Formats: sequence, structure tokens, C-alpha cells
Amino acid sequence: MKVDEAIRTEKITDVSELKEIARKLRVDIIKMTNAAGSGHPGGSLSSADIVAVLYFNILNHKPKNPKWEDRDVFILSKGHCCPVVYSAMARSGYFPIEELLTLRKLGSRLQGHPHCRDLNGIEASTGSLGQGLSIAIGAALGIRLDKRKSRVYCLMGDGEQQEGQIWEAAMSATHYKLDNLCGIVDRNRLQIDGFTKDVMDYEPLEEKYRSFGWNVITIDGHDISALIKAFNRAKRVKGKPTVIIADTIKGKGISFMENVAVWHGQAPNDEQMKKALNDLGEH
Amino acid sequence: MFWDRKKEETFKKKPEIKPELKIIKEKILEKRPELVIKKPLKIKEVEGKYNPTLNENLFGEVEKAKTRDGFGEALVKLGGINEKVVVLSADLAHSVRTMWFQQKFPERFFQVGIAEANMTGVAAGLARMGKIPFMATFGVFATGRNWDQVRMSIAYPKMNVKICASHTGVFSVGADGASHQSTEDITLMRVLPNMTVIIPCDKLETYKATFATAEIFGPVYLRFGREGMPVVTTEETPFKVGRAETFREGDDVSIIACGPMVYEALVASKKLEKEGIDARVINNHTIKPMDKKTIVKAARETGAIVTAEEHQVLGGMGSSVAEALSNDNPVPIKMIGIYNRFGESGNFKDLQKALGLTSDNIVKTVKEVLRSH
Repeated sequence: MKVDEAIRTEKITDVSELKEIARKLRVDIIKMTNAAGSGHPGGSLSSADIVAVLYFNILNHKPKNPKWEDRDVFILSKGHCCPVVYSAMARSGYFPIEELLTLRKLGSRLQGHPHCRDLNGIEASTGSLGQGLSIAIGAALGIRLDKRKSRVYCLMGDGEQQEGQIWEAAMSATHYKLDNLCGIVDRNRLQIDGFTKDVMDYEPLEEKYRSFGWNVITIDGHDISALIKAFNRAKRVKGKPTVIIADTIKGKGISFMENVAVWHGQAPNDEQMKKALNDLGEH
Repeated sequence: MFWDRKKEETFKKKPEIKPELKIIKEKILEKRPELVIKKPLKIKEVEGKYNPTLNENLFGEVEKAKTRDGFGEALVKLGGINEKVVVLSADLAHSVRTMWFQQKFPERFFQVGIAEANMTGVAAGLARMGKIPFMATFGVFATGRNWDQVRMSIAYPKMNVKICASHTGVFSVGADGASHQSTEDITLMRVLPNMTVIIPCDKLETYKATFATAEIFGPVYLRFGREGMPVVTTEETPFKVGRAETFREGDDVSIIACGPMVYEALVASKKLEKEGIDARVINNHTIKPMDKKTIVKAARETGAIVTAEEHQVLGGMGSSVAEALSNDNPVPIKMIGIYNRFGESGNFKDLQKALGLTSDNIVKTVKEVLRSH
């Protein structure tokens, strides 16, 4: 893989620049999963714009000082989509971009599902679905106890909404009036066994969160400006947590992966990678 | 000295060795000479064999106290000393005595309702932000209901969370029946990498252990109970995580116990004295990391072991003793505990008897293990 130079680490506000970053994250996802021979490209691709906006515009973080006390906390509850987060971390300066190709290999810090004891900047070890929101709530409570201004972001899958723990957590976030917490649901409507509506319909999702007392914002999860606007609106909400429900396409950006369930957990072979990179305008 | 002083004189007399016991011992030496003590077998005088720091009323009118009270009192004290200490409850603050902390430090107390999975994750998040969370509920709900959450959110990332379980075993919640009798929790917790597992033997030791957990960085499982249990130790009794304490010296057999079975083991040792058997009694309060040195030494010097726990024998404390010895110093071991069955409703005494968690059963088992050589 011919790696790109690391993108600058200060906050990026230019939408076309963020779009280009999201494209690069997608390129990385394809190359990483191809090199690993396994992994989860589908949900990583659907989250690429969300993660690009978070890491390059929204989060207050210092990639060279991951344990900076006043950082915002980002928790990837859908741990299998770590390729997109690893890519965003490498490209914002947490670790060398070359290391991305070690994904899922023995001795690598880039575990198949993220592990916070291996890689600085990962806040929680995830992979067993439904647990990230609870951890985010604990972090939000801890931050409030310390009277700090940091915010906590938790990216969840939509299939993950089927886990009961999500709703235990949803209840407690409003009970504790956690306005420093922002959940994001990547609603790509596919899970391993097929369409979420067929496997176990979690809809109406907005109404569920609203009835649990959350502020709910629904947006197009591939619209960079809409994402920025939603995250900033969430910051202004007082007395309750916000969830951004981001409508996305699983496998977004790769013609043959879009809306195809099998690409949830299958890596592209060399030929498929070539085609995928071509779709992304990478030659 | 804590035993009945009136009877002290009788202990100074050398106990008689029963002829059948002599035969047993000779057989031991014949069959497995490498496993048993090399020095000539003799039954020593009992005087001075018990750890002098133990409760002096141990074999008389022994006081009873609730281990959960030791936990609750220690938490309040800890809260005053270390402001990083936070406490989480899943609707059982009164039962597990975290309400005392809640009354004193309401801002550091987090009630999550009847939602143990969520409590486990919230504790992990608080730990990630530098807090020292103590999450407390009944044993079955602290370890089983939320096992995957403990594994993923606490043990694997080595979060500094203290998982505190009250109402464990069968003695605590006898009448409630099997649903509430936590008899698998030691196994469930000790199998997890990064986890420290501590089972104090009485209220005072629970107090000391609660304090000690805050000194350890990383996940700890602390197991205690509800009912008033005999106070075995005193303030002077040493307690160090990872170091088993020998409560009675002895050469013939070692009884390795934890939790409320330590008291039963001591009572058994007294009964065994009368039969001329000199039993070592070890309070093996830290199941993980286990004090292999003391356990191996006991095996080497006494040649036979009986373990006693208020828990399933599969994967429990006795199993961990057997694992520790299987490589270095295998000796005959018999385990007292619950054998592959669930508990049932019953009062403490009836259940104790039905499940064989008594000093009498320890006595019987000691004789069996000596015979099995």
C-alpha cells in the first residue's frame, strides 16, 4: 500500500476537505481488510463520514497525548467497525499510517476488535455488542463529577439496538440528565443475517429514544454538513442526552458492497480490492 | 491463646495415638513415600498450634457479625480517605450495605436500578475516568447475570473496578432457594484473566479486604455474605492479599478453607485433636493470585489436603488448590463443597447439613483422605 501523508491534526471545517478525508478512510478500510484477509468493511464504510467529522472537526483531542485530561471521549460500541476508527486515528496522528496494515495480525496493536490496553486513544475494549453506551454513561458521570467540560460520544450500530443493555443504558442516561453525552446510531439497516427489519425490527427507533427522554436528531449520515450541524446542536441541549440517528448505506462508496449483507464481515480479495479502490477514485 | 483456658491443662498432655490411625499412617509411607513427610510421624502437642491472633472465644461463645457490615463500614471509611472512590448499586443498597456510603457521600453514589449489565458498563466508564468504582449487589447478579459485561468491559481492559458480592453461597440466602444462592461465582470470576478474587472469612477480614482492594490497581472480585457469621479473626490477625494465613499448625493433614468454612475448619481441627489427628488449617482467602508457596508447603509437609468452600467444587477454590499442586507436589486431595447440584430453600443449619458444609463433614473427610493414601 502506498500510504498517504498524515493529514494535519487541527480541526478541519471545510466540507470538501472532510469529504476527502472520509474517502481516504474508505480507501484504508478496503486496504486494511484486504491485507488482513478478514474484518468488517460494510459497517466501517457506512460510518466513515460520521467518524471523519468526529475525529477531524468535533472531538477535542490531542493525538500525540491520548490521555490528555480534558479530551472528549469517543467510544466505538460497534467494535467490529474498528478499521474506520483505526484509520481516523492514524490519519489524525495517533500512530504511523503504515501500521494500519498490521490489522488483525499477531502482535499488532490493531486488534480485530479494539482493545484499550493495546492502543492508546481507544477508550474501551468493545466487540461484544450493546456495552459501549453504558461505558459512555460511566465516563460522562465521571467527567461531571470532576466538573470538567469534556463531552462523550458513543457510536453504535443499528442492529446493536436489539441488545437489552442499550435500553438499560438509555434509561439511566436520562435519569442522570447527561447532556454531556451524545450517542450516534449508524442506521444502515443491515446486519449479518439480513435486513434489520426482517431479523428483529427495532423501529420506530426515534420514538423509542424520545420516549426514553432523549433529544433525537435524524440526519443523512453521509451528509458532512448535516453531521457537523447535528453534533453542534447536540452540544447546546441541556438536561438530557442526545442521540443522532444517522441514516446510512452499508458498504457506502463501493458499488458491489452497498446494501449487501455479506460485506458485513467479509474482506475483499485482491481483485475486489482493485474494483473497490477504483470506485473510490483511487488508482 | 483463645481456647478454653480451663481446659488448657488437658492440652498439655500428649494425646494418645489411636491404633487404627497408626496403621493409616504406616500405609501412607508405604504407598507414596515421596509424597509424605520425610520426618518420623508423631503427633505433637496441641499447645501453641493455633494462630495466637485469632479470636479467643473461637471455641466458646463466639460472637457473630455480618460480613456485609464489614464491607459497608469499610466503604464509608474509604470514601472519606479517597475521593476517587465511587459506589454503584443495582437497587440493593440497603441489603449490601452501600447505603451507608450513599448517606455520607451522595454525589459519589450511583443508583442504576435493577440493571446489572448497565451497572457493570457504567462502572467501567467511571474507572476509565480515573475513579475507583465499587459495584455491589448479590453474588448471582454481580457475577452471573452480567458475566460477559464483566469479561469485556472490566476484566479484558483491566478496568479498576471492584466487583463486590454480598449474599453469596448458601448460608446467606438459604430460604430464598437456588435462584439466589450464588454457588458458581468463584469459578466464574477466577477464570477471567486480570481478575483478583478475595473471599474474607469474617466481618473483620471483610473490612480489611475491602480496604485492600482499593490498593490494587485492576479488577477485583470480593465475596462476602449476609448472615451473622462467627468472628474468627481479630484486628491483629494479619491480612495480605495473595498470602494465605495458617490459622493452625499441623503435620498430619491440611484443611484449606475460605469464607465461612474457615470457622468450620477450625472447629473440625479441634474435633480432630481429640482423635489424635493434627490438622493444619489454612485460611486461603485469596483464590487468585493464590499463595502457591503456602499451599505447596502444606502439601509437602502434611501429605494430604482437604479443601472446604461454600461453593461448587467444580472450578472453585478446591479446584484451584488442585491445579496449583498438580505440577509441583501432587498429594491426595478431597474437596468439600457443593457437588454438581443446585441448592434449595432451607434454613441455614438444615442446608449446611444437607450439603455437607459442616465441621463434622470436614472431620469425616479428613479421615477419608488419610485412608485413601
